[in-house]
Amino acid sequence: MHPAFSVIFLTTLIGVGQGLFLALYTGQLYSVIKVLPVQDSASFYGYGSLLSVIFLIAGLVASVFHLGRPERAWRSAARWKTSWLSREVIALPAFIGTTFIYSMIHIYGWNPVLFIINESFIIDLSLVVGAVNTLLAFILFICTGMIYACIKFLQEWATPLTVVNYTLLGMASGFALSTVFAAYVSSELVNFYAAWTIFLTLFAFITRSASLIRNTKIKYKSNLSTAIGIRHTSIKQKAQGAMGGSFNTREYFHGAKPIFFKSIKWVFLMLVFIVPTLLLSGALATDMFALFASAFVVQYIGLIAERWFFFAQANHPQNLYYQTI
Amino acid sequence: MSNPVHNPTSKATDENSRIEIKNTTCYMCACRCGIRVTLRDGDIRYIQGNPDHPLNKGVICAKGASGIMKQYSPARLTKPLMRKPGSDRGDNDFEEISWEKAFSVMEERLAHIRATDPKKFALFTGRDQMQALTGLFSKQYGTPNYAAHGGLCSVNMAAGMIYTIGGSFWEFGGPDLERSKLFIMIGTAEDHHSNPMKIALADFKRKGGKFIAINPVRSGYAAIADEWVPIKPGTDGALFLSIINEIIKQGLFDRDFLINNTNSAELVNMDEASTEHGMFVRFEVPKEEGCFDAQNKLWWDRELNTPISMHTEGSDPYLLGEFTLDDGTPVKTAFQLLVDRVKDYTPEWAAEITGIPEETIKRLAYEMGITARDEKIELPISWTDTWGKEHDHVTGNPVSFHAMRGLAAHSNGFQTIRAMSILMSILGTIDRPGGFRHKAPFPRPIPPCAKTPTGWDDIQPNTPLNGMPLGWPADPDDLFVDDDGKPIRLDKAFSWEHPLSVHGLMQNAITNAWRGDPYSIDTMLIFMSNMAWNSTMNTTSVRDMLNDKDEQGEYKIPFLIVCDAFQSEMVAFADLVLPDTTYLERHDVMSMLDRPISEFEGPVDSVRIPVVEPMGECKPFQEVLIELGSRLKLPAFVNEKGERKFRDYPDFIINYETAPNSGIGFLAGWRGKGGEKFMKGDPNPNQWEMYEKNNCVYQHELPKSYQYMRNWNQGYLEWAKRHSLTRYAEPINIHIYSEVLQKFRLAAQGKSDGKQPPEHLRNRINTHFDPLPFYSDTLEAQQTDLRQYPLNAITQRPMAMYHSWDSQNAWLRQIHAHNYLHVNTATAEAAGIDDGQWMWVESMHGKVRCMCRHSEAVEPGTVWTWNAIGKAKGTWGLKNDANESQKGFLLNHLISEELPASEAGDHLSNSDPVTGQAGWYDVRVKIYPADADEPEETFPQFKEGAKTPGTKSFRGRWLKYFAGKKVK
Amino acid sequence: MTQLALVIDLNVCVGCHACVTSCKEWNTSGTAGFMSDYNPYEKDPTGTFFNRVQTFEVGEYPNTQTVHFPKSCLHCEEPPCVPVCPTGASYKREEDGIVLVDYDKCIGCKYCSWACPYGAREIDENQKVMKKCTLCVDRIYDETLAEEERKPACVLACPTSARLFGDVNDPDSHVSVQIRENGGYQLMPEWGTKPANHYLPRRKANISIHKDELTRVDNPLNKERQLPMPDEDEQTLDDIMSW
Ligand SMILES: Nc1nc2c(c(=O)[nH]1)N[C@H]1C(S)=C(S)[C@@H](COP(=O)(O)OP(=O)(O)OC[C@H]3O[C@@H](n4cnc5c(=O)[nH]c(N)nc54)[C@H](O)[C@@H]3O)O[C@H]1N2
Ligand SMILES: Nc1nc2c(c(=O)[nH]1)N[C@H]1C(S)=C(S)[C@@H](COP(=O)(O)OP(=O)(O)OC[C@H]3O[C@@H](n4cnc5c(=O)[nH]c(N)nc54)[C@H](O)[C@@H]3O)O[C@H]1N2
Ligand code: SF4
Ligand code: SF4
Ligand code: SF4
Ligand code: SF4
Ligand code: SF4
Ligand SMILES: [Mo]
Repeated sequence: MHPAFSVIFLTTLIGVGQGLFLALYTGQLYSVIKVLPVQDSASFYGYGSLLSVIFLIAGLVASVFHLGRPERAWRSAARWKTSWLSREVIALPAFIGTTFIYSMIHIYGWNPVLFIINESFIIDLSLVVGAVNTLLAFILFICTGMIYACIKFLQEWATPLTVVNYTLLGMASGFALSTVFAAYVSSELVNFYAAWTIFLTLFAFITRSASLIRNTKIKYKSNLSTAIGIRHTSIKQKAQGAMGGSFNTREYFHGAKPIFFKSIKWVFLMLVFIVPTLLLSGALATDMFALFASAFVVQYIGLIAERWFFFAQANHPQNLYYQTI
Repeated sequence: MSNPVHNPTSKATDENSRIEIKNTTCYMCACRCGIRVTLRDGDIRYIQGNPDHPLNKGVICAKGASGIMKQYSPARLTKPLMRKPGSDRGDNDFEEISWEKAFSVMEERLAHIRATDPKKFALFTGRDQMQALTGLFSKQYGTPNYAAHGGLCSVNMAAGMIYTIGGSFWEFGGPDLERSKLFIMIGTAEDHHSNPMKIALADFKRKGGKFIAINPVRSGYAAIADEWVPIKPGTDGALFLSIINEIIKQGLFDRDFLINNTNSAELVNMDEASTEHGMFVRFEVPKEEGCFDAQNKLWWDRELNTPISMHTEGSDPYLLGEFTLDDGTPVKTAFQLLVDRVKDYTPEWAAEITGIPEETIKRLAYEMGITARDEKIELPISWTDTWGKEHDHVTGNPVSFHAMRGLAAHSNGFQTIRAMSILMSILGTIDRPGGFRHKAPFPRPIPPCAKTPTGWDDIQPNTPLNGMPLGWPADPDDLFVDDDGKPIRLDKAFSWEHPLSVHGLMQNAITNAWRGDPYSIDTMLIFMSNMAWNSTMNTTSVRDMLNDKDEQGEYKIPFLIVCDAFQSEMVAFADLVLPDTTYLERHDVMSMLDRPISEFEGPVDSVRIPVVEPMGECKPFQEVLIELGSRLKLPAFVNEKGERKFRDYPDFIINYETAPNSGIGFLAGWRGKGGEKFMKGDPNPNQWEMYEKNNCVYQHELPKSYQYMRNWNQGYLEWAKRHSLTRYAEPINIHIYSEVLQKFRLAAQGKSDGKQPPEHLRNRINTHFDPLPFYSDTLEAQQTDLRQYPLNAITQRPMAMYHSWDSQNAWLRQIHAHNYLHVNTATAEAAGIDDGQWMWVESMHGKVRCMCRHSEAVEPGTVWTWNAIGKAKGTWGLKNDANESQKGFLLNHLISEELPASEAGDHLSNSDPVTGQAGWYDVRVKIYPADADEPEETFPQFKEGAKTPGTKSFRGRWLKYFAGKKVK
Repeated sequence: MTQLALVIDLNVCVGCHACVTSCKEWNTSGTAGFMSDYNPYEKDPTGTFFNRVQTFEVGEYPNTQTVHFPKSCLHCEEPPCVPVCPTGASYKREEDGIVLVDYDKCIGCKYCSWACPYGAREIDENQKVMKKCTLCVDRIYDETLAEEERKPACVLACPTSARLFGDVNDPDSHVSVQIRENGGYQLMPEWGTKPANHYLPRRKANISIHKDELTRVDNPLNKERQLPMPDEDEQTLDDIMSW
């Protein structure tokens, strides 16, 4: 597939947004059960989740560039019964909305205590909203992942690993950002987030590697023989009837040189997984803000490469018909 | 669930619009299908095949359906143009002038030439279908220097077959696929009869017939062949001769047909000492010399064992044998001579030459022979032959052939095509059901009657030419040469260099005029031909010749007029450019005087009637000729008082008669005052309306009994004579043995008294005017170092492009934006060239850089490309970075219009020595990879010219064509 | 249920591209139009087409088949392109099974084209909506057209009548009979899309010759005192026996 930057930014930015929210909420949850110290509601949870909203909106804006007719984008919620894209289109604004509410509750302190469990665990409104939003975050991850995973003939994508990777990578990058954020506001949660980030990053490393390995072993169900219905081992296309190219030659081929394509894989493995883990370890040892920040930045850049590769690696069966100008 | 907002089923686009539907005839190619044009608010909305048209029956082709993009092409010329003083030819630097200016310039110049030395005006026309008019104009003007493109196109096919069976493929006849069982297509990629061939081929296949394609390349038609027989280019003659050998050896020929309908059983004088050597023995001298085959030859009767006059009732002659006449003259039957000739042409021998396995050749022979013999068709149609014998049925041997330029465009093509015609004849398939069938006005006598002038006296100032500009020599005295045997025509047609060059040699016109050999001319008018590009060989040099000046600084070809509809490569070289209309803007006729669109069942002619107004100041070339003819007072165009006779072209078509009150004119349909007559009759003032009402076509269906065996069908021949299609109702026997050729040979041997070839050509004539077909390598191959240039290079017609003229078409150029050189994978790999890689292809004449395409569908010794996709930079309304000029290439740079100097004399055309057919497919090449540091761009490149005044350049990047312009 | 479709006979398709440009010609000015072209007169001209003809070579020299292969939307009975569309712009008509795009709803997200394994959809890069073969739905029901002309433009155009049009769900229709009798098949059956369009394979006609057919009493050489003889250099008993 031809990697479209609008989609690359959409998926990576909202992934960060979702992950960041999840990180903040995890922090809040831990503090409720008194595993972690409570943070300042407004400056930490409030502005933190506002930051998440910014990423989510940035992702939304990026997605608009993917549409030929953005002015009609509202129509795209219509087919939620069948279309994962439609579902994402519903889930994303819903998630943005609740994240925003969550943020406002914290910033403006509209946070009545709803009830108290066992006299020690205080359940306030933000916690409930956060719980709902957490659910939405996961739904959104599933929708995003399923957009790709549900196309069964895009065999590189048609695996649960796609959803798992979208989720884990989104979370890892979001937790990485939360680490930076915690470091920036000098919260004592830095180590907690850093540890989670390392854990998620390594976990994602395993699942993403699993999908890479899986994809090297794919047996393609379609081949030229099934594509044109002639049983023969030697079939070669000589012309496709459009020498200046067509939508089909532009949309489905990454067009990059093989070396570039291969090296992108190593680049993203380094930038998404190895380097951030090292940087974070270093940061934990030295407590340098710059190291925390660069871990996130490097990982995010890595994710752009990862997403590029995700698209570029997918072999659309239509390409069988478009081999030779 | 479907509840669309946008209703795709609505006809809203056509509602509230002015819809008009008009019929006319397509001219996106020479096939001339009937089309129906729907206009919306005056814009062309849809061009479809006319379902009521006999030729295409409603279907259309890729080009025809893209006519819209031709009409609205930015390459269209819309203003008469004059080269700017001081600019070079080729610079495309023009200023607009008025038509009045254009006419006065031409009138002055041409009137002067006509009054002084009319041969100094030359008119050459390309892919037109109005040779009847251009030929008439030239004859009336009095110049011998007229030809259409046939010489560079396929004259071998016309001449080879017409000199053998009195008809040909091309527009003159074809395979009866409706009834055929076995069809052999040789060297054809697309051809003129595009849509009808496709319709017929599909029907044929659906009926279970076997289709064999003999072609070095498997493309288009060959793709759907049941069997592909790859052959080395230029070697088909060897294949046919060996098949003939095998068929005769097995007795698979049609003996009755050979005896009755060919000259096979006629006795040939074998006395080498005699001046009659190689001529048929005649029992009486013909009373009347006419252009027909007198029935005065001898057979050898089997019963009486004596000679007997041919076609004696009840006689059964020997087909084979060697006899002695009473006067001691040794004689052989013509067929015996054929048998002697093919004796050594065994399948084994041919396998070596053609690359086709011996078993395949034998099997082909058996399949042809046995299908012809055992699958006989008998139609219950009674008819009478020219000897008065009545038949109660028509028989057919259902094996049919079609061939085109794969045979024609070789310098050994004439004899190859003779061999094929003879193969068709010994199978007994001529004008019979399931075989080859003629189309009116064919068959013609062998050779047809039209003759050119024969000497300088026939060209006089201010006088029409004494004879036809093109004709059919029957013996050396018909040649158009001076007393020394030197050519009189600029292109040297009808000279000893190419005696039977019945369509002229347009391919040599520019080179000859530039060199002043045989003489210099003053004005050359080129109509509808891209002679600075694809219809010229040796293109780079020819472009230089067009721009070359003598010591005085005068152009070697002083004045060049080009009539074209588009900004072609040729236009850039013109001094005066005449912008023509498109086919949708003009009247045209597909005339019986020219090459009509007849069907097997009878004559058909057709017309074009404008469906849209001419763009800008475009003027139909027909109108230009009538205006010029009137101004120059050419007799056919003015009355006795010297006044203009015809208002315009439509008026000319109605009222012109070939001779006063001949009743014959350009259109054969609806003649006579009320349109009641066919072919002959008074002018009908409403003729155009009648054509218009009838789908622009007139079809005359002959009675069934006149539809077959027309060479010998008394009913048909008398009908043809009555309707002035022919002068004689005499049988047209097939020339297995060609006495016409033998006459030239006798002259070369010094055995005849008439015109004699110059010494240096005697040998050439003696060799090539063999009365029986023989195989020899092409002239070019004979003169090439084949170790250095081992590969054949040829071209194919792409079905979706017409020559050079469709690159201006926004839809078609997306299908073929550039071309590759297709090379067999093994051959390419051996040369170290990857698929898609830049490479060089080089002949002894030049070299071209292009891109390689590996292919399994080409014979390993052949490389090929699509013809004329490559373009010169800046032409055809294309931007300088267009694929056509950057990646596309023209093979013509590798092909020479002349042979390397040889013992036969310098400057011999690279053409068939019999007919002057251009040897396009003879060139030999080598291939090698381009260096990695070379530019990825085709070579040679040409400097782009200035912007052509009057053309609208396309602005923006988006073309959003929507007829009626009411885009939602 | 009616399922209109095309059946394409590869046995007769010569790759002429008539269907390609006729389709463009009819549809660019029709309800599915315009069909824009980009760089029409410069480098790499490209544009929207609903139908393309491709060329494949099958096998190795000299046993090569050249296959011309026309391809437009196959109007799948289980079209994966439809359910994925978020707006409902892509839909399959219940009445005749034609898969269409409602241009006024389409947001140009291209997702449906990703979901088509055949590469049959093309976004119009100027109008920014998804386009594809409509089976000429604005012709086939148009009662102002003569009955015989209520067929897709490409079908009317095709010189070899390699394109058949009809209801593949009606077992008695011409197209169904052709599919049945000539081995009609679907493209990429592995995805369960059940394309309505079918293809008919190459079929080969043969002539078989029996040896007897070369030796017959009515051989015309009889009359010429010459029966077929073996070549002079072929072996005879003289070469091997010396009695
Ligand atoms: N679409 C389209 N139609 C056209 C034209 C066009 O440009 N485009 N041009 C028109 C014109 S002017 C003409 S003259 C006709 C020509 O019609 P064709 O004769 O069909 O045209 P070519 O492409 O020259 O075909 C030559 C074929 O002969 C094969 N060939 C070459 N050398 C040999 C050989 O030695 N032996 C054999 N057996 N085969 C050989 C080539 O591989 C090729 O397939 O087409 C007309 N029709
Ligand atoms: N290498 C190679 N070269 C070949 C051949 C080959 O097979 N291989 N084939 C040869 C053959 S058979 C032929 S016939 C020639 C054909 O070669 P040309 O006769 O040169 O044919 P075109 O390229 O069609 O050019 C004809 C000119 O007519 C113009 N034209 C188009 N429509 C109109 C119109 O309505 N009015 C006027 N006035 N002009 C118009 C076009 O713009 C173009 O400039 O090419 C020959 N050249
Ligand atoms: S074959 Fe030639 S005349 Fe017929 S539709 Fe095509 S371009 Fe027109
Ligand atoms: S061919 Fe593609 S676009 Fe057409 S219905 Fe099937 S999946 Fe959809
Ligand atoms: S591009 Fe249009 S038709 Fe396709 S999925 Fe998106 S909205 Fe639907
Ligand atoms: S059915 Fe109509 S829209 Fe579809 S390919 Fe044919 S002409 Fe084009
Ligand atoms: S029009 Fe017919 S023969 Fe031509 S490419 Fe299309 S399907 Fe094949
Ligand atoms: Mo030609």
